Amino acid sequence: MSSAVDPVLVLVLLLNFYVVGTSRLHAVINGVALQGAVLGVLALLVHSGSVLSVLVALATILLKGLLMPMMLRRAMREASIRREVEPFIDYVPSLLAVAVATGASFAFARRLPLAPQHVGSLLVPASLATVGTGFLVLATRRKAITQAAGYVVLENGVFVLGVGLLEAMPFLVEVGVLLDLFVAIFVMGIIIYQVNREFASLDTARLSNLKE
Amino acid sequence: MKELIVAVLVLVAGGVLAALLSRWPRLASTVGATTAVAGSTIGAVFAARMLGGQAPARVEIAWNVPAGAIVLGCDAVSAFFLLPVFVLGAIAAVYGRDYLLHEAHGKSLGVPWAAYCVLLASMALVATARHAIAFLVAWELMSLSSWVLVTFEHERAEVRRAGWVYLIAAHVGVAALTAAFLLWGATTGTLLLESTGFALPANARTALLLLALAGFGLKAGLFPLHVWLPEAHAAAPSHVSAVMSGVMVKLGVYGIVRMTMLVGGPPAWFARALLLLGLVTAIYGVVFATHQRDLKRALAYSSVENVGLVVVGVGLAMLGHATGRPTLAVLGAAGALLHVWNHAAMKGLAFLGAGAVVHATGTRDLERLGGLLRRMPVSGALFGLGAVAVAGLPPLNGFVGEWLLYRSLIDGAIGGGAGAPLGFTFAIGALSAVGVLAALAFVRLCSIALLGAPRSPEAAKAHEPTPLMVGSMAVLGLACIAGSVAPGALVRAFGAATVSLAGVAPAMNGDVRAALVPIGVADVILWITCVAGVLVAARVARRARGRGAEQETWGCGYAAPTARMQYTARGFAELATGFLPRRVQPHVEIARPRGLFPARAGFVSRDEDPVTRDVYERVLEGLADRFARLRWLQQGVVHLYVLYVFLAVVAALTWVSMRGWGGP
Repeated sequence: MSSAVDPVLVLVLLLNFYVVGTSRLHAVINGVALQGAVLGVLALLVHSGSVLSVLVALATILLKGLLMPMMLRRAMREASIRREVEPFIDYVPSLLAVAVATGASFAFARRLPLAPQHVGSLLVPASLATVGTGFLVLATRRKAITQAAGYVVLENGVFVLGVGLLEAMPFLVEVGVLLDLFVAIFVMGIIIYQVNREFASLDTARLSNLKE
Repeated sequence: MKELIVAVLVLVAGGVLAALLSRWPRLASTVGATTAVAGSTIGAVFAARMLGGQAPARVEIAWNVPAGAIVLGCDAVSAFFLLPVFVLGAIAAVYGRDYLLHEAHGKSLGVPWAAYCVLLASMALVATARHAIAFLVAWELMSLSSWVLVTFEHERAEVRRAGWVYLIAAHVGVAALTAAFLLWGATTGTLLLESTGFALPANARTALLLLALAGFGLKAGLFPLHVWLPEAHAAAPSHVSAVMSGVMVKLGVYGIVRMTMLVGGPPAWFARALLLLGLVTAIYGVVFATHQRDLKRALAYSSVENVGLVVVGVGLAMLGHATGRPTLAVLGAAGALLHVWNHAAMKGLAFLGAGAVVHATGTRDLERLGGLLRRMPVSGALFGLGAVAVAGLPPLNGFVGEWLLYRSLIDGAIGGGAGAPLGFTFAIGALSAVGVLAALAFVRLCSIALLGAPRSPEAAKAHEPTPLMVGSMAVLGLACIAGSVAPGALVRAFGAATVSLAGVAPAMNGDVRAALVPIGVADVILWITCVAGVLVAARVARRARGRGAEQETWGCGYAAPTARMQYTARGFAELATGFLPRRVQPHVEIARPRGLFPARAGFVSRDEDPVTRDVYERVLEGLADRFARLRWLQQGVVHLYVLYVFLAVVAALTWVSMRGWGGP
């Protein structure tokens, strides 16, 4: 494992704060895209250039760094969404929550029975913190498009963990990449367009009309 | 082992191909049925070879799933259950090709055929899986693919209901099995389903056996877990009912047998419990088979009865094994296994015959049938043959297995210690009662559906089904006859399975065959008598033709008799239901005629299963009321649901980090 891994992980953590702290939708999408691309680099660094890791890196950068943000922007354009985030919880409390989640992740990771090569690495805590951030974005942001972004962040967190296990368990990583496609097709295709058509709005809070 | 994998791959590939071709129903059906036959033939040859005395085979395939592996193994017991899966699967596929095309009404047939092929493949994997994860995956595939087939006519409300009941039952069963396998893994340290020689603690063994009994008993349809069975079998297309009843429910019995082999032989209490449970199931099933209005529901209840008989045999074999009485064990085991094969043939035939009735008349309602033997002589006669066999009457094969069970019970009554004769004598009495009621049930089905005058215009217009359908029924009919005249050959064929189930010396199997010789001879004599009798009767009838006057059936001298003057199916059933306790009697509403000039009178009866109505529905409704109090959690806001998930994750992480990670 290369020594450049931890700085890259710090970048991932910082992007968490950026995604939660910004009020502009474009910035959220850019943050998520950058995080995805950074993950591709991470896969390369962790496994220092094996064929499998190059493939995973390329697929990740393409999917998360280019394709997904492109689709999110297209959805914004086509559904003519307002460019604000519209949170349930304001930005500063959100940032504090992410800080708490990050701290808790570090505290928790220390208690995990990790393989010796992962002890002391940022891999596990960064993964947990990113998952927490994803949950936070999912739970506290009103728009379907931010929901999609939150889901991608959550998935990025899972991916960070998967990268550490790439050679031990490639199956899990593959499933993770498949999950990306799932987000791209399911969340984007069905939820955003359908919600927009049926409710003339992309406010997922209004989905409560659907409950029994 | 390679042949089995090839068979499974052929089946899956054929299923995928059929699904891809679903735009062309005729092509999809042909492709699905052809590959089902091809895959089944390969598999059947393999199973027959394994039964023929080859050493048990085993193969491991790497599978990239955490803690999972595909380990397949085939010993005599697996091969025994594998063979009818493939044989009946192929015959039913041939039948189903024309049947489904007729029932499709413009529906796509690709998915049903894909489900059928997957069902056969998953049943083969269930019978051979030797790893808990692989077993559970195969088991779940089996449940889901058969569910897809059960809900084929999903535009009808009662079919959807049957589908729900089946799906819930299947998942409750798989929950019990998952618990059983987790327990197995936790106590033995391996998820391989192979005897490790590891001495299980008594508590773990008891819990394993009970969980297996619940999970597998649900699939086998043991009382009181049988409620899904009549619903699903009635709703499914008939060739699927034949496969489900003929082989799928038997895999539940296989599971129980396999689990007792795993835990190192059955304890005596478990064997007694099985014996009792089998008897109760048989009595319950046959009582309800006597008064169903729906032809296929009646057959399904009869399947409950027959699984009960098989379980009686398994219980006897285990009791003999546990208490060291080899004669009891080997007779019970041979009886149970012989009945598994015989029932696959005869109930397959009966369900395919019921399918021919549905094909010809469009209804399963006995009150709308009648006079079918005259309109569809070949398939009607074949249905009658299957009915006689299922009723357990000589000279057909159903009788032979039951006879072995009687022999086993008699041996138990004679050879046991003090007190034993009483229990066995009671069991013999119960078995006789089951036999009588089964005969009554099938006399009723045959006489109401096949004889008399048609009770509806649809029945009057009935016609023979297609040659493929009649042909596949004829093959099963021949199998039934063969099973009746040469039971000794069958018993020799699966001798290895009998021996490992009963836990006796291989030489004992010869005793069973010796005991069967008189039955085979008697059946041959009876067949000769029957055939001779039919020929003589035909000759007499030909001579007498033109001499007497033809009268309407049930004419009784009336000038204009109507079909409504016949016994109704309900009226016939009164013979059996009259003495039932009130709680299990069919629900009846009568509006009696009143006054001198009665204007209206009416009679409505409903065949609900009292266990569903009085136990499950009440309990589930009570639970639903309780859960309704949690409705405030259900706000319909996506963000809140995500929050719930998040809180659950945090709680789980906190819990494990507080508790520490224990062992490796």
